Amino acid sequence: MDKSRSIRVALVGNPNTGKTTLFNRLTGSRQKIGNYPGVTVDKKSGTWQSGGRTMTLVDLPGAYSLAATSPDERVALDFLTGHLSGEEKPDAVICVVDASNVVRNLFLASQVADLGLPLVIALNMSDAADKASIRVDAALLARRLGVPVVRTVATRGEGIEALGKAVLHAVESRTLMAEVPWPEAVQRAVKYLAAGLEKEGAQSLAPGELRRILFDRHSAVLERAGWPAGSDPEPLLAASRDILTAAGWQPLSAEALLRYEQLGHLTADAVSFPEKRVRTWTERLDTVLTHRVWGLIVFAAMMFLVFQSIYAWSGPFMDAIDGAVVRMQEWVAPWLAAWPTLQSLVVDGIVGGAGGVFIFLPQILVLFFFIALLEDTGYMARGAFLMDKMFGWCGLNGKSFVPMLSSYACAIPGVLATRTIEDPQARLTTILVSPLMSCSARLPVYVLMIGAFIEPTYGAIAAGVVLFTMHFVGLVVAVPVAWAVNKFVLRTRPQPFLLEMPPYRLPRLRDILWRMWERAREFLVRAGTVIVAMTIIIWALVYFPRPDAVRERVVEELSVLNDPDAVDAAVSAAYIEQSYLARAGRALQPIFAPAGFDWKITVGVLASFPAREVIVATLGTIYGIGGEVDESSGDLRSALTREFWTDGPRAGHPVFTVPVALAIMVFFALCLQCGATVAVMAKEANWGWAIFGFVYMTVLAWLGAVLTYQLGTRWLG
Amino acid sequence: MSGEICPLADLRAGERGRVEDGTADHPAFQRLLAMGLLPGTEVSVVQVAPLGDPVEVEFRGMRLSLRKADAATVQVARLD
Repeated sequence: MDKSRSIRVALVGNPNTGKTTLFNRLTGSRQKIGNYPGVTVDKKSGTWQSGGRTMTLVDLPGAYSLAATSPDERVALDFLTGHLSGEEKPDAVICVVDASNVVRNLFLASQVADLGLPLVIALNMSDAADKASIRVDAALLARRLGVPVVRTVATRGEGIEALGKAVLHAVESRTLMAEVPWPEAVQRAVKYLAAGLEKEGAQSLAPGELRRILFDRHSAVLERAGWPAGSDPEPLLAASRDILTAAGWQPLSAEALLRYEQLGHLTADAVSFPEKRVRTWTERLDTVLTHRVWGLIVFAAMMFLVFQSIYAWSGPFMDAIDGAVVRMQEWVAPWLAAWPTLQSLVVDGIVGGAGGVFIFLPQILVLFFFIALLEDTGYMARGAFLMDKMFGWCGLNGKSFVPMLSSYACAIPGVLATRTIEDPQARLTTILVSPLMSCSARLPVYVLMIGAFIEPTYGAIAAGVVLFTMHFVGLVVAVPVAWAVNKFVLRTRPQPFLLEMPPYRLPRLRDILWRMWERAREFLVRAGTVIVAMTIIIWALVYFPRPDAVRERVVEELSVLNDPDAVDAAVSAAYIEQSYLARAGRALQPIFAPAGFDWKITVGVLASFPAREVIVATLGTIYGIGGEVDESSGDLRSALTREFWTDGPRAGHPVFTVPVALAIMVFFALCLQCGATVAVMAKEANWGWAIFGFVYMTVLAWLGAVLTYQLGTRWLG
Repeated sequence: MSGEICPLADLRAGERGRVEDGTADHPAFQRLLAMGLLPGTEVSVVQVAPLGDPVEVEFRGMRLSLRKADAATVQVARLD
């Protein structure tokens, strides 16, 4: 083969085999993360220099089998069979095998080899196997299997060089793994299937691919074989399987039986386990960590720590970023003073928008520190085991807990954390309901409304109760929403939830830091651009149109005041009142009238769609006391209580009543007023689902606000 | 009772069984087969989650969390 061409190597393996650690070791910083076309499965590739050759390494998603029942496994299968658009078949495959569990891990290797691909076995985590007195004779195994077997310890970088040599050898001499001695019936069924496919004019397939079609319930290979549209492959498939059944083989379990039987022979004497079973550290730890009382207590404590870290510990860093953005704005502003529109665009739109991206970094980094820790130690699987019952019935699963809890601090890291959920339906459902959790950006609205209207009327206890209740509104709604999404939108049958409980391991700081960096970089690159673009669009809607006549009128009217600050605030209020956004607010006010909102509240609600935390500043601007107010501002509170309806059936009555305040809070609790979250949802699922999430939450928020206002006015008067 | 055939989901914590058969076209059993839970394989229930579901099972030196609904696709003969 051409020596200058880079060798394409795919990395496959079961989950929990240290495959990704090995990938990171081999490629270092020469990595690229992208997406496979049409699916939200990460495509990780990188280059590896070994033996004077350049290899392009692709880290395929972890899988137990090529039966391809999940999108992850499907990508692995399509890649290996060369059916993935824009991807050639790899020149060789490294199958990462857990040295403590060789036979089960070789099942996948055996399936991969069946596709006719040169193979190298990386016997990884061999240090852990040594410690557990599990002995694997790599040389004997290599002889029996017919492919190179290399002992590796990815975490320490051991065996890397030998692995490189083995891959080059495999490519040069095309080392293929010993084939399963297929019984005569299987061979006959494969031939029958091949002849049938040929008759239909389908693309000709390798025997290994034909076996996938024969053995798998619904094989993706059949779809890609160019089966003529409109004709049904079922009769041919059934007839081929009948050949197996007639010979006494159950078609859907034959493959596992045959491969495991062969692997049993091949590994006999090459793998030996200690005679006396020792009680492992993992078992000892599990008696506490999955205990029905202690396990739950430890879990609650861990989750409290995770929540506290993103909710509170990230605070100082976020404040620092906020401060830096303000300083940046103050530094830039004077340079552009001659061009007020450009100044506002740069200061409020671009710098403000970029700040709105960076502000999420501390929470993302801190959360992914903990997630990497939980996953790398093996605790995440235990948490999912403890919590699965609570979430399983409504289409989520035990792994939904961490994303949903994180969303109480902020939905951005929460949605990103759904990456830990393997099941695609459960993952999507978790993405869709996580933004319902009451994030910290909703707090200012609660504090403002409760402080201005609940506490003065009903006292401190009622204020506390309302604040507490608001934090549960989203959670209470999320469960039926998840159930309904699964039942009526996804319409999937519950997927099996099989989760390996890996042995506990000590995490490595290097791997954890790498994961934090990877996530942060991805967020900045993929979501950051969208967030900045949205900020600029909303900036324009609030800023334009901007006729000078408005300023001149207000300055003239207030010239007697001789108070430049008051005049500035009034000018801002006058500008926002006639901005495109305010015009939209007036036009849409009738929609919000059943919730008791006037046009100013409607404008505040609309202006908060890109980022709900701006509501307080927006209300400050609209009510003419300037944008530099916070939720505990006495001026803003009294300004709100002094608002009266000027026309309509309630003319002369105050706009803000207790039911209106409650309706506003419920609206903010349920609405997806966060452009950054929508952008992240789009990147983690797709734009269709992001829009679905946005629409259902907006409708829900409107319904909730209307219901609150209508019931509130009836009961509270 | 030893030898009695029952779904894996019916074993209690600490009980063992040998796989007899399973619902071959169920996705859960398909996955378990790929993981090596074949007819003849010994499997034990390590423990049941605090809320009653899922169960933790052990076979071939590996531990797996499994919902009872999925465990019900496997028929085992009780051992001991």
